[in-house]
Amino acid sequence: MKDALTLLTRVTAHPNSRCWFLAWDPSGTLLASCGGDKIIRIWGKEDGSWVCKSVLSEGHQRTVRKVAWSPCGNYLASASFDATTCIWMKKKEDFEVVTTLEGHENEVKSVAWAPSGNLLATCSRDKSVWVWEVDEEEEYECVSVLNSHTQDVKHVAWHPHQELLASASYDDSVKLYREEEDDWVCCATLEGHTSTVWSLAFDQNGEQLATCSDDKTVRIWRQIKTGEEQDGGKRDPSWKCVCTLTGYHTRTVYDVSWSHLTGSLATACGDNAIRIFEEDPGSDPTQPTFSLTAHMPRAHSQDVNCIAWHPKEPSLLASCSDDGEMAFWQYQRPE
Amino acid sequence: GSSQLENANPLIYQRSGDRQVTAQDEDEELHDRIDDREIFDLIRSINDPEHPLSLEELNVVEEIRVKANDEESFVSVEFTPTIPHCSMATLIGLSIKVKLLRSLPERFKVDVHITPGTHASEHAVNKQLADKERVAAALENSHLLEVVNQCLSARS
Repeated sequence: MKDALTLLTRVTAHPNSRCWFLAWDPSGTLLASCGGDKIIRIWGKEDGSWVCKSVLSEGHQRTVRKVAWSPCGNYLASASFDATTCIWMKKKEDFEVVTTLEGHENEVKSVAWAPSGNLLATCSRDKSVWVWEVDEEEEYECVSVLNSHTQDVKHVAWHPHQELLASASYDDSVKLYREEEDDWVCCATLEGHTSTVWSLAFDQNGEQLATCSDDKTVRIWRQIKTGEEQDGGKRDPSWKCVCTLTGYHTRTVYDVSWSHLTGSLATACGDNAIRIFEEDPGSDPTQPTFSLTAHMPRAHSQDVNCIAWHPKEPSLLASCSDDGEMAFWQYQRPE
Repeated sequence: GSSQLENANPLIYQRSGDRQVTAQDEDEELHDRIDDREIFDLIRSINDPEHPLSLEELNVVEEIRVKANDEESFVSVEFTPTIPHCSMATLIGLSIKVKLLRSLPERFKVDVHITPGTHASEHAVNKQLADKERVAAALENSHLLEVVNQCLSARS
């Protein structure tokens, strides 16, 4: 386990500031970073090293908390504490704001594109989750405002194949939403965490969801299909916590990333560490067990805010921290 | 805001003396470790948002409620609001946190909590203070930042 994770390189992404989030574009050639300096930077690899290709500094008046690429890779959405979400269009090397989405009352904490690219979700400290529809003229229209959470909403993520949306909140819960007759409805509430849920990630086929929390645990939830349910007749599949990773993290777990190539689960923690877990071979899917396969205690000099598996290279992952740096890691899976 | 003070006549406590300088402190060869007293000295003169008194004079902070661990880069402070419904508790906690974040090397983890059992909204205040995203957003609010800076400014 000792040598399972190797540092490839470290880059100061947001000097004298905090690097909050990283997002790989779908092809894996570009990486977007954002931070407390209100700036988004686009990184690409040149002659083996990561260089800044573009600086997007005109969009936001306050911290840029998260960024997300559209599934086609031509658009980038950015969520900011200034209560807006900007949609940037890629034009060769440059990026231009094509739309600014307004409506949230205060800080926008997260933004995510649905796999189709026709829907976008945002969430905010104003406790709401908004679903936006994108039409052929690239007009964005809010189609639903979901007020299911009782506290600020930290993160939103879409199911990898279905139009199912998940949100994580300061109210310690996770909610799932789906469309029902022209509107969106909350179809499941996942309770179990005992403090703020900071992030969540679906596995490759969307049957499992990993959530991470200020309670220092990671929980794995599994979709129980209607047919498997004893009472039967229920339309919505329910989600059950099938595994809790406890005793590994010593402070808040800020992010979790589930590799869609290998199934490896990586976490970013407020104890400066990066950890990777693997489902044990032959473990029962209804009661899976996971083992820690890599632990980098001082991955960064401060809190690790984000961890992101590369979409194409199964062993590559990137992380970023309050120290303003991002780091690239090579992971060697156990034999 | 209201001009009515929530706690019009608070008990006033004696300020502690200056730190005793020992021979070890003056030995420049020794690595000067950050200890409980040093953390206490950083926060004891923070101004109360309501009274012309320091947090030490109101017994909101006490040296025995400060824990510093230099090796593990960890600082923990408990503070005691003067009354259990003090609406200023979050602001006081935020001022302590900001003072320490500004003063200490960045490697330190700073945890600020209410002394258990001394405030009606203890859990909610502790949760807010522990949420670095909320703290970061609060400090981008110029009005709130000004109020915090007033608590942290030196008294004339």
